[in-house]
Amino acid sequence: MNAQEQRVVQNPKGQPTSLIGAWRARIQSGELGLIPVLIGLVVIWVVFQSINGHFLTGRNLSNLVLQIATIGMLGVGETFILLLGEIDLSIAAVSGVAAGVLVQLSVAGVNAWLAILAAVLTGALIGLFQGWWVTYIGVPSFIVTLAGSLGYQGILLAMLGQEGTVPISDKFLLSIASSYLPAWLGWALAVVAVAGVAWSVTRTRRDRTLRGLDLGSGTSAGLRIALTAVVSAIVVLVLNSYRGVPVMGLILLVFVVFFGFVLQSTQFGRHVYALGGNAEASRRAGIPVRTIRMAVFTLASVMGAIGGILGASRLGSASPASGGGNLLMDSIAAAVIGGTSLFGGRGSVYNALAGALVIGSVENGMDLLSAPSSTKYMIEGGILLIAVTIDTLTRRRRQRAGK
Amino acid sequence: MQSMARPAADAKPVLRVEHLRKSFGAVQALSDVSLDVYPGEVVALVGDNGAGKSTTIKIISGVETPDEGEIFVDGQRAHIDSPAAAERYGIQTVYQDLALCDNLDIVSNLFLGREITRPLVPPMLRLLNKSAMEEKAKPVLDSLGIRLPALSTPVAGLSGGQRQTVAVARAVLWGSKVVLLDEPTAALGVAQTRQVLNLILRLKAKGLGVIVISHNMHDVFEVADRITVLRLGRTAGVFEKTAVTPEHVVAVMTGATAEVSGA
Repeated sequence: MNAQEQRVVQNPKGQPTSLIGAWRARIQSGELGLIPVLIGLVVIWVVFQSINGHFLTGRNLSNLVLQIATIGMLGVGETFILLLGEIDLSIAAVSGVAAGVLVQLSVAGVNAWLAILAAVLTGALIGLFQGWWVTYIGVPSFIVTLAGSLGYQGILLAMLGQEGTVPISDKFLLSIASSYLPAWLGWALAVVAVAGVAWSVTRTRRDRTLRGLDLGSGTSAGLRIALTAVVSAIVVLVLNSYRGVPVMGLILLVFVVFFGFVLQSTQFGRHVYALGGNAEASRRAGIPVRTIRMAVFTLASVMGAIGGILGASRLGSASPASGGGNLLMDSIAAAVIGGTSLFGGRGSVYNALAGALVIGSVENGMDLLSAPSSTKYMIEGGILLIAVTIDTLTRRRRQRAGK
Repeated sequence: MQSMARPAADAKPVLRVEHLRKSFGAVQALSDVSLDVYPGEVVALVGDNGAGKSTTIKIISGVETPDEGEIFVDGQRAHIDSPAAAERYGIQTVYQDLALCDNLDIVSNLFLGREITRPLVPPMLRLLNKSAMEEKAKPVLDSLGIRLPALSTPVAGLSGGQRQTVAVARAVLWGSKVVLLDEPTAALGVAQTRQVLNLILRLKAKGLGVIVISHNMHDVFEVADRITVLRLGRTAGVFEKTAVTPEHVVAVMTGATAEVSGA
């Protein structure tokens, strides 16, 4: 308790004295954010690169981006659910059903965009259904989505019928996974990203100055802009060394940035965090708890459906295996490894992106080494266990720190 | 029901509760509870377990509706049938569990459910105006003499007293006339209890009516102007703090003495 008092009192202005001090305070109170997963990612990359020199090539990293697109989309959806302290075990099966809807409609000659729309709507309906069941009937999400998962796999099998695998022939649908941005466009996007971050940082600072509020350190503002510039430059440089930025990667990034914005800067996002932090307090504060819950379940299944569309485009078909296999565990793992808490209220969609990169890198690296599935499973299991352990330990630390 | 001397002869109570009666099934929780609080006054509500303190607070804060009895705010009859209605009448309750979201920072908790926003292109999404919220919170915190860490600190990182302070500040921020505090010092250490008692005195100095539920006679005698004692669901006595001893209050609470001020 004493150490705690000292930590939070800081200096009279109430501002952490320095950037390092602020980081230390965050780490001590268990706010690790992206740090552990980024360290993990660097370690994984260094290990694979030292064993196999092909790992960090433009070609392989470009392939990695395609591999994580589906996991990343599902991970973003799962992150929203986890933020509420719930779980969605059906998100992969929903992606399979969406793939089935997309492919069957496309084969029946429906316009590609309409087929996409129908697949997304299917996801939304499933999400509404599950959300309603959890929110109004009060069945735990674990059961509702587990039952759903089985049911949707059945629906997928019924949809595909005797043929089993149904290939996509529509050029546009196939091109989603096989298109790359021209080099100049990749660079233009990097510039836009940096300009966007710089604009938002300076705008906030100007607003706070006008209102006479503490600005925080200018270094950290500058650091954010510099970091965005360096990271986007490296990413574009590496991807351009092969065929350019994959369109699928761009789609994933757009969704991550958009939902990152929704969570951090909108009232809806604030309410999602509040609900995950203390549902009873949220209810008393007049937050529309049920609406938020329904919206989040719907959103997650929509993300599942979008992930399914990307997956179908990449595989060029829908099959009984769509949305099966490791996909569910990989997407939950992506969210959790990224640092989103299973206990609700903590995490962000950027974490899901980082987690998807970790999972994708391990699978990709193991494939490069042609390691057997047995090794792959064991290593992925180990990483997941470590990630959840970090979450549990920091949570315990937070509880000691608080109160 | 007669009470003793009032803060000022011509002042009107900001909140007056008359002859509340409430039963839950066969259980008669309240049979006849009356109390009042004046602007700039602290009234302690004391009583043994089961005396009806919690039910009384729940009725005033709109969580329960009484079977009989009336509530007046500023002399006007008030119809409080929901927590939202209580808030509209300027009555804010700080529950014992504080109802804070540990994962959110101080400003977010102060504005929980009442965020300052501006519309975005799709009307369902509203953009948080974080600086405006912080700007609005500062003067309220300053006027209460509250010193907290940076407002972007998550509430999980605060001490018990600081958490209580955030919960009280939230009540004040929403322009309340009456603040109900349920056992505000129950879980606190000595220094933190001190902080919270000082805060109660500042609420009083701001001209708010404050009702404090407490078990702790020491705290009660330190901050309260008047003490309302409940026993077995009825008001058993109302005392000026200066005209009574803790022993006597305890005696009335437990029924060890005849009811005094004519409930």
